[in-house]
Amino acid sequence: MIKFQNVTKIFETKNKQKVFALKDVSFEIEKGEFVLIVGKSGAGKTTLLKLIFAEEKPTEGRIFFGGRDITKMKDREISKLRREIGVVFQDYKLLPTKTAFENLSYIMEVTGFSDEEIKRDVPRVLEVVRLSDKSECFPQELSAGEKQRLSIARALIHRPKVILADEPTGNLDPYNTLEILKVLEKIHQMDTTLILATHDKEVVNFLKKRVITLEGGEILRDEEKGRFVL
Amino acid sequence: MIDQIKRTIKYGLKIIVRDGEIFLTSVFILFLVISLISFLFIFKKTSEFLISSFKEKADISVYFKEETPEDEILKIKDEISKNPEIKVEFISKEEALKEFEKRHKENQILMNALKEVGENPFLASLSIKAKEPNQYEELLSFLKEKESFIEKVDYSERKPLIERIFSLSSNLEKGGILISSVLILISIFVVFNTTRLSITNFKEEISIQRLVGASSWFIRGQFLVQGMIAGIFSALISLLIVFLSCYFLSPKISILFEGLNLLEIFSSNLGILILIQFSAGILLGSIPSLIAVRRFLKI
Repeated sequence: MIKFQNVTKIFETKNKQKVFALKDVSFEIEKGEFVLIVGKSGAGKTTLLKLIFAEEKPTEGRIFFGGRDITKMKDREISKLRREIGVVFQDYKLLPTKTAFENLSYIMEVTGFSDEEIKRDVPRVLEVVRLSDKSECFPQELSAGEKQRLSIARALIHRPKVILADEPTGNLDPYNTLEILKVLEKIHQMDTTLILATHDKEVVNFLKKRVITLEGGEILRDEEKGRFVL
Repeated sequence: MIDQIKRTIKYGLKIIVRDGEIFLTSVFILFLVISLISFLFIFKKTSEFLISSFKEKADISVYFKEETPEDEILKIKDEISKNPEIKVEFISKEEALKEFEKRHKENQILMNALKEVGENPFLASLSIKAKEPNQYEELLSFLKEKESFIEKVDYSERKPLIERIFSLSSNLEKGGILISSVLILISIFVVFNTTRLSITNFKEEISIQRLVGASSWFIRGQFLVQGMIAGIFSALISLLIVFLSCYFLSPKISILFEGLNLLEIFSSNLGILILIQFSAGILLGSIPSLIAVRRFLKI
């Protein structure tokens, strides 16, 4: 499903210094897998996710998504690629001026779903993340856990094949963290490929899934049913 | 597809509602440009009307001496008529008398005076109308050569007036084009920057649209719609202002220039005026927006 082939990403600072975000990274993720990307802050987890949804381009190497080379995609193909991916952020990135319902319907509108599909799908997805009763609430009226569940709903709403979650539990207490992980597991059972970047030991140990550990932009370990070891 | 076009327009309108002040800035500058272009157009049409009506009226009447034979007059007429752009009409003594009687039959004093004279006091004449004012110069020098047959040349002195209108209109046209060009450049700059500001204000929405794979034409389209609507809106206001100006100025100007009806010039050129205003509005509203979204909107 997703294949990194000797991918290197170098950022240049203002002083023209080169910083390696990823160094010669290669791995493969199969369809329907649940993979955790683990590492300290600055290890390259977010860069790796950004490369998958073509927010960044690699300096070297190639990235394949469903057999297509992302690094060679044009604007139109990138838009199509992103419709196959849902992204969840630590800071939610919800639109403050829209209600929970509108935050979801907005995504369906801009990606070209019909009004009927919007009316049918939004309540269903709100139900999956258990926010049916909050559909008319604005993000500021929701708790941190609810905001993150809404953010997951938004990632789900356009029926993506892959969900990328960047530190989705970073701002949450243990109770809400557990709830989010349960929602993510439920989504995984719906045959969605899930890639979750985290530095939270509890998350890794709770999920017991494949773990790719990054350090200094390099893959340190890639283990099936890994545990949090740094 | 139709749904997406509707939504692009809907989101464009939302940008306008949220960024009202920015939108009004674009509308104001576009309104200035479109109005200036429109007034230049109306002015051009007005001066064309004035020039053609003056030309219509401008003529030379050449009165021949009593003893000049009609053959000689007709020869002169034929010679002048060689230039197809000059119209010449021969008016015999008798025709002149008839015309006078017809025009003044109500005026008893004049009729009595005519009876007192006893004979036909009118002279045979040629009434000459040229197409261009500079042709009169040539005509006058030609008539100078035939001085011996001519009693009097009545030159209605419209040439300087026509030339003045010509030079005024061409100077105003040049000045107008210059000011319009400067204003067009300013409007491009303003619309470009207002679009850029809108893009900055809608950063959050744009980043989410990009994130979920909204097509690039959809993301960019909203800002183009905003620019186009600014153009259409400005054209509408400008059309109204031009109409009101013509409506209120028309009676005053018709006192100054007889037969000149500004409102009629406006209505008879309404189609082309609307075309000019709306195409200027849409082009000036959308092209700078297009440049701005291409430059500042990363997909």
